[in-house]
Formats: sequence, structure tokens, C-alpha cells
Amino acid sequence: MLAVFKREFRSYFTSVTGYLFMAVMLFFVGLYFTGYNLNGSYVSSFSYPLYSVNLIIMFAVPILTMRSLAEDRKSRTDQLLLTSPVSVSRIVLGKYLAMVAVYALVCLICALGPLVLSQYGEVNRKTDYSMLLAFFLSGCAYLAIGLYMSSLTESPVLACVGTFGVLLILYMISDIGGILPIDALASLLSQFSIRDRLQGFVYDLLDIPSLFYFLSLAGFFVFLSIQSVNKRRWR
Amino acid sequence: MIEVRNLTKRFGEHLAVDHLSFTVETGQIYGFLGPNGAGKSTTMNMMTGYLGATSGQVVIDGHDILEEPEEAKSRIGFLPELPPLYTDMTVLEYLKFAAEIKKIPRDKRWDAIEDAMERTALLDVAERVIKNLSKGYRQRVGLAQALLGMPPVIILDEPMVGLDPKQIIEIRDLIKSLGKEHTVILSSHILTEIRAVCDHILIISHGKLVASGTAESLSSQARHSSTLRLTLKETPDAVEEMLKEDGEMEQVELKAGEEEGTTELTLASRREEDIRERAFYFFARHQCPILAMNQEKVSLEELFLELTGEEESHAGRI
Repeated sequence: MLAVFKREFRSYFTSVTGYLFMAVMLFFVGLYFTGYNLNGSYVSSFSYPLYSVNLIIMFAVPILTMRSLAEDRKSRTDQLLLTSPVSVSRIVLGKYLAMVAVYALVCLICALGPLVLSQYGEVNRKTDYSMLLAFFLSGCAYLAIGLYMSSLTESPVLACVGTFGVLLILYMISDIGGILPIDALASLLSQFSIRDRLQGFVYDLLDIPSLFYFLSLAGFFVFLSIQSVNKRRWR
Repeated sequence: MIEVRNLTKRFGEHLAVDHLSFTVETGQIYGFLGPNGAGKSTTMNMMTGYLGATSGQVVIDGHDILEEPEEAKSRIGFLPELPPLYTDMTVLEYLKFAAEIKKIPRDKRWDAIEDAMERTALLDVAERVIKNLSKGYRQRVGLAQALLGMPPVIILDEPMVGLDPKQIIEIRDLIKSLGKEHTVILSSHILTEIRAVCDHILIISHGKLVASGTAESLSSQARHSSTLRLTLKETPDAVEEMLKEDGEMEQVELKAGEEEGTTELTLASRREEDIRERAFYFFARHQCPILAMNQEKVSLEELFLELTGEEESHAGRI
């Protein structure tokens, strides 16, 4: 697993993908940070820019995930991986964790935000860092969805479009619920909304169930990806 | 060493491998021979655990490839049809990665890599990015990957494709040297290639094993399946009448000869035996003079074509 992780992580930085992902994410974090916190000074909390970047993630995540499993299948390198004495779950997990590590780098840089703000006055660090934790875990869930989409096809482009589609629906899911005439269904759907849950963190809430939701979403899609790779061998 | 039992693979409606069974002994070189689409690659992919079999079993050194995949896979080095290369890595980086996922112990890793590169003559290009290498070199990187750690079983799918003649000879010698202590299985659709290196040939056609043996035994099998061409001083109708009596000789072709009142007859044996004497006494008994008799030997090439060609019409003869 470690070997796969190391190779994947390195390949994100020998190719342009890792840099591109980080650049897109950090550019928008920086943009909102400047807008909300530094220039506008509407708010002193770093959780606002993070919340806003939740929209940008939809565009950035596919950059990282689209090739993860699809490319291996296309270039037949999966033959090396799947005939090596490493289980499928370890291979998929290694790849997933490599993406998480790239994303963690972004979050690590974001962790500097509240520190910068504290130079200028009082900052509620507890809110900011619990938001950052939620931001990180929700991102892990997005990455797992991207991983799964990549396991379904051998075309990275299709995986990219598919991931974007799923994330878009996930982003709008409480709006979709709002259109529906049945209230029960609407409130059920809004439970799945990552956006709504992140909003809670902006208002000074360390919402443990939401963190669990992000984690289980990530776990579920990693599990599905492993199953999907396994299943392909039997077709 | 390797046991394959009733291996079957179905892709939808298409039966790619059809109840294939064979055993592979240690320290020999086996050749899978068959035309394109015969099921060679599919079989190899199942033997290495890349594909799951629809039914049947592959046992490597006592370990079932599906039940104890890690045990079984650690005994196999595999070069697929297309070398599975990460083209953005250098040769050395790639082999390091391959050694790591093959779980070669850290202290032996470097030696294993160096040994594999030496055997495949890759030391000169160690630092080059695989993307920029020629097809022959890429093939060799794939081969080096299969040799890493010198696994007891080495499976090579079409290892000679894309190599120039000099490289083919080098790889051939390499495979021969490997065959001394390892079990090597390689596939090809070219007979001469297989005959040059393999101790044992398995001919596969339409997913079935149609013949198996050493090159010599297959050649002698081919001789036995030889046909006999006769010119007889009798009309075709009368000859046909005569032949109904004898069950051992199979009539393949019967037509009127060039001369008036003669017949050109092609005979084959139903059993693996020489039927020349039998034919002589048979026609003598029927007072039918043999004007000419000629045995046509079937070469290994023809046997291969015959076995893998329209098998229905010839199936009874081998």
C-alpha cells in the first residue's frame, strides 16, 4: 500500500495535476480570504472563505481524481498492480490516500489563515479550526466520490464529467429537495447536503454527526471503488 | 508446479477459454501456441490472477490463485501483452516501484533491480524516462519487471513482439537461460519462435487445448497423421465400392485420374499408424493395381495450421 501511495503522490507532482489542483484551490481560498477577511473586513472568521470554496471544490476535485483508477486501466498498468501480491483494497486505498495527502497539503496551507488574521485582532480559533477540519473531511468525501467515478470507466474525461455531475447534484441536493412537494423527502434530502452541514460550522458549531457523515461518505465510496475494481475482473 | 483445471472464461456470449486443463512442471519452458484470438492472453491473465475465471481453477505451487492470491502471485513474474509501464517514470524509478509492490525485502531490492536490468541490458537507460524509450526498450523494461526477484514462475505474453532480430536472439537466449532454474511460460502465434525456445508446446485454438507435447512428439504425431496419395487402375466408382469394406482407412479425396480408367485417391489413417502396407495388400486383394503411391508428410507448421484452422473437418484425423 505504501508503495502505491508513494508512487501516486509523487506522480501528482511530476505531472501538472497536483500543482494545478493546489493552485486552483489556493487561488480561490486566497481570493475569498482577501475579499472577506483582509480587504472587506466584513468578518474576522476564516470559516467564511472556506465555506465559499466549497463551491470551487466541485471543479478542482475531478482534476485530482479523474485519472486515479481510469488511467491505470487505459494504459494497462493495472495488470502490474493486480498481478502483484497486494490486495485490491490496499491498491485502491493507496491511491485514495495519495489524493487525500495532496488535499491535506492545501488544508495545511489554509491552516495559516487564522494565524495571519490573529495578527490583526481577536480571532475565534476554535471555530476556524473546526471549520477547517470539516472542510478537510468533506473534501475527503468528494475525493472518494471522484475515485469511485474513476473506477467505473477507462476514460479519465468521462470520470471527470461524471464526478462533476455527481458533485453538482450533491451541491444542489437541498435545493432539489425544496422543489419537491413532499416535505419529508425534502428534509431527508437536505440531510445529505454537505453545503448545509458546512454552513453549520460557520456559525461556531463543532457538529460531530456531520463529521461522521463526511467520514462515512468517504468510506462508503472507497468501499464501492474497491468493489468496482474487483468486479471488473469477473466480467 | 502449476495446475490448470477446467479453466473457462466467458465474455458475455463469447467463450474465450473452454475447459482448459494442463499441468506445468518445474524447470521447463512451455510455449502457448495459437492464432490471434485463440485465448492465450485470456488464459495467461487468469493464471496470473488479473482476470477471474468463469469456472475452473489455477493452482500455483499448491496455492489457489483466487483463494490465496498473495501467496500465489508472489511466485509469478508476469509480462502482459502490452508492458504495464508508468511512462512518466524513469526505468530505475519504475523498477524500484515494481520491486516494492512485489514485496521484495528492502535489503534485497537493489540487487534484484540490478540483476534484472543486467539480464535485460537496461543499465544504459536506467535514468531515462520510459516515455522516451523505443518499443524494444519498453518491452525489455516490462521483461525486467517480470524478472524482478527471480520468481519461480515467469509468464510472458508475446515477449518477442516489437523487437528487432538481434534483440529477439538476445531475449531468446535469456529465456533459455531462465528455463534452467525457473518455469517459463510464453505465448506466441509464431511457430518457429516457440520451437526455438520451448521444451513443451501447448497448441490452443478457439479456447481449447488441441495438442500438447514436445516439438519432437508433435512432429511425429504430425507424421502419423500423414496422408497417402494413390493412383489406381480402376474407375472411381469401383474404388469407392471397395473402400466401404475397410474401416481403418479414411477416404479423404476421390477423383478420376488424368488417364482414362484411373482414379486418384487420397487416404488417411483413422489410427496413428502407417497405412502404406495396409493399402498395398488391400488393393492387391481386390486385384486393383497401384500405379503410384506417395506419402505426404505433414510438417509441424501444417499440423499447427490444421489444428488451429477449420478444426471440425479435420478433428477426426488427429
